[in-house]
Amino acid sequence: MSDATVILEAVTKTYGGRAAVSELSYSLQPGQVVALVGHNGAGKTTQIKMMLGLTRPDAGRLQVLGADPVHGTGARRQLGYLPESVQFHLAFTGRETLGFYAQLKGLPARGHDALFQRVGLAEAADRPVRGYSKGMRQRLGLAQALLGTPRLLLLDEPTSGLDPALRRELYGIVAELARAGATVLLSSHALTELEDQAARVIVVNRGRKIADGTMAELRRLAGLPSRLRFRADASPDNRATRAGDYWQIELAEDEKAPALRQVIAAEAREITLEDPSLDDIYAHFLKREAA
Amino acid sequence: MPNPQPAILTIARRELAEGMRNRWVVSTTLIMAALALTIAALGSAPTGTTSTAALDVVVVGLSSLTIFLVPLIALLLSHDAITREVERGTLLLLLSHPLSRPQVIAGKFLGQLVIMALATVIGFGLAALFVIWRDGAAGWQAFAMMIWASILLGAVFLALGTLASASVQESSTAAGIAIGLWLLFVAIYDMALLAALVARGGHAVAGWVMDLALVLNPTDAYRLLTLGEGSSAMLSGMGGVYDSSQLTPGLLTGALLLWSAVPLVLAMAAFSKRNL
Repeated sequence: MSDATVILEAVTKTYGGRAAVSELSYSLQPGQVVALVGHNGAGKTTQIKMMLGLTRPDAGRLQVLGADPVHGTGARRQLGYLPESVQFHLAFTGRETLGFYAQLKGLPARGHDALFQRVGLAEAADRPVRGYSKGMRQRLGLAQALLGTPRLLLLDEPTSGLDPALRRELYGIVAELARAGATVLLSSHALTELEDQAARVIVVNRGRKIADGTMAELRRLAGLPSRLRFRADASPDNRATRAGDYWQIELAEDEKAPALRQVIAAEAREITLEDPSLDDIYAHFLKREAA
Repeated sequence: MPNPQPAILTIARRELAEGMRNRWVVSTTLIMAALALTIAALGSAPTGTTSTAALDVVVVGLSSLTIFLVPLIALLLSHDAITREVERGTLLLLLSHPLSRPQVIAGKFLGQLVIMALATVIGFGLAALFVIWRDGAAGWQAFAMMIWASILLGAVFLALGTLASASVQESSTAAGIAIGLWLLFVAIYDMALLAALVARGGHAVAGWVMDLALVLNPTDAYRLLTLGEGSSAMLSGMGGVYDSSQLTPGLLTGALLLWSAVPLVLAMAAFSKRNL
């Protein structure tokens, strides 16, 4: 599609003989929240650096906001970036820091109170960054990335080390931006941290794409069974196995409802139905890749 | 929306603000002022009733010190210009903004040059005011020339320090290079030059060879520029070198400007090529 914010076509990047990204192709559309998931060292940060024009691909074609990111810096005006565990100069206040980055984006240095409000940093804005907690730094980093309402937001491991409340807030802001038409790419080393917030998930391993789709699609693709556990005098289902005091049955998606009805009819107690966790799905894709 | 500020100026102002925040500006200005005032107070005492202007005497004493001090301060200021951002973890974020890497180098150099110029003008200016108040303003041209030349000398070593910073990975490596550069230009070069002249056993060296040898070291070019002419030349003994030389103040200034521009351009090239 021509209106894609980011297009990668067979992009390859090697560092000292080791491929950080190899033959990678995907495109990101406006209004999409996309999660880039992979181990540390899977090539996530390399992809983001290439999108920022900080690193040149060895081969393939890369287009960001309609331009080659290496040539010309104009596209970066519409781009917000939050680096992994963001750092700032400690001697400056939050307001001075944000003002500096605003000027670099061609915006006035002052008048970003609404941004401080939005990331919950209004009270700490005039304190030096030295005294900020990790969460506050991350908030400031997010405010910086949101300067000038970007069309493309690149968040590198935005949730690692954040408390759940702040993570929820971050996803709220991300969803809001996506509704307004921005493309948001967030990288993560664990699917669980995404909390089903991303409309699309791209799983990468050793620089290659190993899965790409919505969370539901990934679940279906993985085909991992759900696990039904219950306590009963005798199992109503002959697939059940004994696990301590409990019975346990592994069920495919379409077997879940009939099996539940059966178990309930048999007056089973302490019933739990456990879907495969995001980590299970992720581990499955990695294992399949390794095989 | 107001006119956006050019990225180079944003970086330069940030560098200056950083210098203010970490007391660099204050401390270098104080050092320069303290030294200049000491030399002004002590150095002009023995002139008595000679015809030499008091400011000329101060110029001789001060420029000899400046040759050691200004390169040192400039290298201290600039050797970690880039590596500091890397080590602080702020470089990626900086470069993700709409600005080019040469702009980062140019902005940082500009900001540090303002710090050096502030320290020099205020520090030396205080000494000049003191001497003028005590002995009158005669010889002020030489003094003004020295301030200008000192800023130029600062620019040269800022550029060299920036080049070191842009070429290596760590601040400690850059600091090692900076110390080496300082020793080379401030001490070793002149000793080697002297040794070479002595080794020739009194045979005359062609004038252009000597001239070339002098502009190939920015501190020698500085020395000739501040002490080559007028009463300070006589006092310092540099007049003899200057008189037999084809080097005019214009040429010397040009040499110092080139000495700032070339390392700066090399630093931009090195930084642009760097894989992040």
